[in-house]
Amino acid sequence: MKRLSEWKFTSKEFAQIPEKFASGHRACAGCGPAIVLRLVMKATRGPTIATNATGCMEVVSTIYPYTAWNIPWIHTAFETAAANASGIESALKILKKKGRIKDEHVDVVAFAGDGGTFDIGFQALSGAVERGHDFLYVLYDNEAYMNTGIQRSGGTPHGAATTTSPAGKVIQGKAEHKKPIADIMVAHEMPYVATANIAYWKDLVVKARKGMEVNGPAFLHTFAPCPRGWRSETEKTVEIARLAVETCVFPLWEAEYGEYKLSPQSKVIALKPDRKKPVEIYLKTQRRFKHLFKPENKHILEKIQSEVDRRWQKLLKACEIA
Amino acid sequence: MSPQAKSWKEIPLGGACWKSSTEYKTGDWRSYKPIWNTEKCTRCIFCHIYCPEGAIKHDAETNDMVFDYDFCKGCGICSNECPATAIEMVLEGKE
Amino acid sequence: MAKVEQKTVPLNGDAAVAYAAKQCDVDVVAAYPITPQTIIVEKFSEYVADGEVDTAFVCVESEHTAMTCSITASATGARTFTATASAGLALMHEMLGVASGCRAPIVMAIANRALSAPINIHCDHSDSMAERDMGWIQIYAENSQEAYDSLIQAFKIAENLDVMLPTMVGLDGFVLSHTLENVNVLPDEAVKKFVGIRQVPQVMNHEGKLVPFKLDPENPLTIGPLDLHDYYFEHKRQQEEAMRNALDVIKEVHDEYAEQSGRSYGNGLVEAYRLDDAEIAVVCIGSTAGTVKTVVDELRENGIKAGLLRIRSFRPLPVKDIVSNLSGKKAITVLDRACSFGGNGGPLFHEIRHAVYDLSDRPKLVNRIYGLGGRDMPPDLIDGIYKELQTIAKTGQIKDTVQFIGLRE
Repeated sequence: MKRLSEWKFTSKEFAQIPEKFASGHRACAGCGPAIVLRLVMKATRGPTIATNATGCMEVVSTIYPYTAWNIPWIHTAFETAAANASGIESALKILKKKGRIKDEHVDVVAFAGDGGTFDIGFQALSGAVERGHDFLYVLYDNEAYMNTGIQRSGGTPHGAATTTSPAGKVIQGKAEHKKPIADIMVAHEMPYVATANIAYWKDLVVKARKGMEVNGPAFLHTFAPCPRGWRSETEKTVEIARLAVETCVFPLWEAEYGEYKLSPQSKVIALKPDRKKPVEIYLKTQRRFKHLFKPENKHILEKIQSEVDRRWQKLLKACEIA
Repeated sequence: MSPQAKSWKEIPLGGACWKSSTEYKTGDWRSYKPIWNTEKCTRCIFCHIYCPEGAIKHDAETNDMVFDYDFCKGCGICSNECPATAIEMVLEGKE
Repeated sequence: MAKVEQKTVPLNGDAAVAYAAKQCDVDVVAAYPITPQTIIVEKFSEYVADGEVDTAFVCVESEHTAMTCSITASATGARTFTATASAGLALMHEMLGVASGCRAPIVMAIANRALSAPINIHCDHSDSMAERDMGWIQIYAENSQEAYDSLIQAFKIAENLDVMLPTMVGLDGFVLSHTLENVNVLPDEAVKKFVGIRQVPQVMNHEGKLVPFKLDPENPLTIGPLDLHDYYFEHKRQQEEAMRNALDVIKEVHDEYAEQSGRSYGNGLVEAYRLDDAEIAVVCIGSTAGTVKTVVDELRENGIKAGLLRIRSFRPLPVKDIVSNLSGKKAITVLDRACSFGGNGGPLFHEIRHAVYDLSDRPKLVNRIYGLGGRDMPPDLIDGIYKELQTIAKTGQIKDTVQFIGLRE
């Protein structure tokens, strides 16, 4: 099993890297995805072209005539992040071959939210990965279609209240479970799949770099809380992200060609199970789960905990730790 | 909100953007302002890393954390994450 | 008139289009198969597999992705070509607007085919007619020779710096796409020289620099932003201006090509056939024009002053040429191979009618919708149309403005 990227840096060196995702973007205060983009853009290793699906990050960063992107960037539509990357990558390859552009490597990075990845953008993603294009796909998962007003997506967790799965008198939030998108990408037998979390910035940044280094498609599922949509405190965005790992709601791992490997932050919990925090601690921080704490919804809380446990055990088995 | 509006003949073709976002100061969004305490600060750089705006920079020469209030939206993440309680969120105007 | 030496190759319309694309030094082809375009992508794959072209051929998983890849490949500076028909074109609809808005000079061949439902694989123009408002240049071929010639011209039209608009070339599905014809092809070198290397305009970027309009790490540029109410309208006006510029560019490119090939199609925008002194005429698009020409010749032999106006460039609509060619005619039938349901006629009829509206001596106009889903349009039906026109010209009376021809009533 290959080791993590050889890129070594201190925090202070990291702080000196120029911001390719500039200030002045119009994201909400405390936006998790904005942290993802800033960090991933700091992980670039040379010439890079980025592309976004329609969504929060695309909208806040490119309100005409302003742009927050200090690298070449294109947006076309909602379901097209991976298709955009496919076109860019194909053009780069052939133009280099024909001597029309410089013979240097250019990294292609595609950003999309859970809307543009789990649901409407899935076809393009699956197709691009099957064709083996050399690009990094970064999913910034805030667990709903946030840009259009917090509607549920395939990435919305069970029980969460969204505007299209509200907690009402008869139905209490989303009935379905979160699509295991990263596992689905692993099933494509692609070179590199990883999960990352803004609270563990170094892990995220190194995984992003590794995704760029990989020769072929790489998929990075990042956990990015949205204070607006999750009804949480803006200052707690990173703290909530950390709780997601500590409760095993969002474990950290990597998979190269289907071979799973738990990342240190989650491995520590696997080896010392008493460190695993109950999921309630995480759910309590967000008012999108507020209704679950009514006595009549206890069974939903239990269901969520048992689902988290089941997926955690499944992951441990895949990592050959259980 | 928009700069002095140009005619269709003056703007670049294809919707290419011609202004950097750094010309749009989001600092007036905030209600609370982070105030940095240089004595308490351990220079862990977490605040720079976690700021969604990239509004906190580390000055390599002076070893100071520099807060760019032109862009700080006052979310409070820096203060919440600071392990040394070196950043205090104070109501704007009351610092 | 300088002519290059050409060789005659038996090719069906699809193969002719693929042959043209092969010669045009295309960089990226992202395409998805759909009847009756399949031969285009299959032939092109053969060229790639045999190393006859230096092209990245991307077998995408849908037409929507085909157009998306074409847009971003074009934005990266590549010359891109794709092809589709019918439902595939409909699936791309959203992205057609994006291609035009991003000013990507993509060239696309459309093997014109009916839209579903019910599903039908045969020829009509409903697929590309449905896209007439999307900001693409639309050129329609009468035969496979013209499809070949037009495909080559399309690159030069689209990439012209005053145009920079995606361009589609329509050839009738099965009628042209799958029928063998003797096509005269230009030598590779002549075509390569004609289309040249793709040029890219300069634009102001966010660093205040004038940079090439493409994705280039040396010159960062943001393409495809969010427009609010303050700028969207202006961007659309730019596209309209490009369309207006295209009217002249299409003619210029057509004439330049005609010098090389010895073949011309009217003035490039419209082709007038025995129309000068005609009293009655048919206006139509595509392969049916060929059949109409045969009928016109027969009528002329019998002393009837019949003529034809074939529309080659549908977008931009050549209003001036339509008006000058139809002015003074007594009665005209506009043939539509598409129907705008509930719109009182077909799209071509609407456009021709509006084009001649301001004429003080505007001709009597009727619309005959034909050939939907591949229904054949034989000479005897066209003959009947001219007979009807003679009656209209004589009496000045129109019984039905809009009618369906060849339909079992």
